[in-house]
Amino acid sequence: MEQILVNGAILSANYALIALGITLIFGIMNVLNFAHGQMFMIGGLIVYTVCVVFKLPYAVGLLAAAVIVGLIGMLLERTLFQRVMRISSREENTMLLAVGTALLLENIALYVFGEKQRGIPPMVSGVYRLGSAFLPANRLLVFAISLALIAAVLLFVNFTRQGRAMRALAQDRTATMLMGVDVNRISMLGFGLGAALAGIAGGLLISVSGVNAGIGTAISTKAFIMIMIGGAGVIGGALLGAVALGFAEAIGYALFPGSVTYLLIFTALILFLLIRPQGIMGKPWG
Amino acid sequence: MMEATRRRLLKGAGALAVAGVMATAVGLGATGAAFAEGKTLKIGQLGVMSGAEASWGLVNKYAAQATAEMWNAKGGVDIGGEKYKIEIVSVDDRNDPKLTVSGAERLMGQEGIRYVIGSNTDVTATSIRPIAEKYNAMYFPYASSRSLYTKPAENAVMGMVASYQVAPAILKLLKAERGVQKVAFVARNDSDGLSNRDDAVKAAKDLGLDVVSATATYEANATDFFPVMSNVVGTAPDLIFLPASAPSNTPLLMRAARELGYAGLFASDSGQDIKVINEMAGDAGNGLVSIGGASADAIRSEYMDDFIKAYTKVAGEWNDEAGTKVYALEVILATLQATGPSAIEDTNVFKAAIPGFSMKNPFLKEDSKLTFTGEADYGQKRQIGVPLVLTETKDGQFTTLAIGQVD
Repeated sequence: MEQILVNGAILSANYALIALGITLIFGIMNVLNFAHGQMFMIGGLIVYTVCVVFKLPYAVGLLAAAVIVGLIGMLLERTLFQRVMRISSREENTMLLAVGTALLLENIALYVFGEKQRGIPPMVSGVYRLGSAFLPANRLLVFAISLALIAAVLLFVNFTRQGRAMRALAQDRTATMLMGVDVNRISMLGFGLGAALAGIAGGLLISVSGVNAGIGTAISTKAFIMIMIGGAGVIGGALLGAVALGFAEAIGYALFPGSVTYLLIFTALILFLLIRPQGIMGKPWG
Repeated sequence: MMEATRRRLLKGAGALAVAGVMATAVGLGATGAAFAEGKTLKIGQLGVMSGAEASWGLVNKYAAQATAEMWNAKGGVDIGGEKYKIEIVSVDDRNDPKLTVSGAERLMGQEGIRYVIGSNTDVTATSIRPIAEKYNAMYFPYASSRSLYTKPAENAVMGMVASYQVAPAILKLLKAERGVQKVAFVARNDSDGLSNRDDAVKAAKDLGLDVVSATATYEANATDFFPVMSNVVGTAPDLIFLPASAPSNTPLLMRAARELGYAGLFASDSGQDIKVINEMAGDAGNGLVSIGGASADAIRSEYMDDFIKAYTKVAGEWNDEAGTKVYALEVILATLQATGPSAIEDTNVFKAAIPGFSMKNPFLKEDSKLTFTGEADYGQKRQIGVPLVLTETKDGQFTTLAIGQVD
């Protein structure tokens, strides 16, 4: 039982970083970012390049992942998404653009970094015992960093001027504009922050699970599951979705054969959406 | 906060599908241009080259391109007194049978190619069969399903050693030499992973081994193996067998087990890459027995050294998995040289030559023959007689444990 709790807590913290980024972008831009998993992947590959190829410290790699993926997000928002949202009245165009962006990033990564799985050795070695549970020191460190980053993001969006502007934009774009907020700038910042979070998550998890150029779609799928559970565009909902998915996986893998776990998760998700399609904390649909 | 509708999600899913098809079409268009002069022999390569399993098909592609470059550098391959430049035409099926079918139609129908390397999984390889029979084309899958190679099927030739041939050899060796008694199996939850697992479990039981866990599986897109390994390590096996484990997953599975205190052996019936194991698992990567190729230092020939250089030039870096995929094109070309040019268009001539074909294995240092095999498993010779090389990871290297041959 202790092992299930440890596994669930670690998975939840890792997933929360991924879910936070995608829900920020959805909340601010109303864009379902299909390229979120690819941004996670690029973050991991940047850390790999910095630490393994250039042999620089891990902290430098993580910072580089946050900055570079954040800048990529801002660039994509400014040059592609903002323009498409301005000139197009059909909402699915931004989705098509996100899908195209995902494929573009995936193929660039495949070309630049190759087809192999890339990973870095654990930042710290050793295994702790927590009752009867095993807790590898590296996972504990990733867990702690993830919690610290989640707290930092929550502080930023709740207590800074830009963070409050992002939340206002997510609630009512027109009212925010009338209040004198530069919505284009805030949108770009929000997209960049969401992308940077995906990059950091990839940079953290490359020391646990590694990344490859094709991992993006799987990550995006999990991110969508989390925001469907918690409610799209709601920060608290993303965290709740991450905890729900993390513990569902940990409990499922402990009690059932692996193949049954995701079958049950998807079945439960479908039933849940039939009852509460907006997610636990989302607004009622339509 | 923001409005979201079911319609948006459905549109998103549709958008993904459309973009996937578009990406495949773009990939197809990127195939090489025809040679300007002289005769050209087109060889198809069809497999998964994007997504999580991209490495399987890309290694096939790079291996075929490297072989083609080596032959083209010598002026081409001599068939019936004429030199043919080799052109590799690649199609990415994204591990989706629908795209495999359209890719096979493109290669075998529109391009008129009669020899295709791939695909990479049982499901996609099975989907090629009707297309190959329609155009009477030969294909060389990296898939184990017996029905592909057993009569009435006759157009597929397996390019590797099958899982049900590898698993008994590994288990027998480890029982005899390492005293393994208790085995646990952890399989990828897809057709190949589960069928390989069933074959390996049967082999273990036939050998009188104690199967302590056979139901643990993980999803193909899993990134964290700690939960699934927690259960398996709890059964205290001497050996954890990883059927059909991808090179990207194997080191993570090993690392998770080691972090949970497991000190025993690992085994896999699929090819692995030592660089990935070292990067991902470090010291936890020791003690993996798996199928190896022709690239181990102790066994490889100078020709294999040249291949490694050519592969590195094409792909940017060497991949040990390519040592298991080096044979297909070389054997196709040697068989065509033996039959003469009529087999380029008429694969019945190629099929007729299969039973008597033999060549020196150019990739191994020691003098050994390459033939077509498979009579014991399929009742006909529909498998390239790739040597069964078993390796073990030790201090960041593959060390050769045994070399055998499939009947």
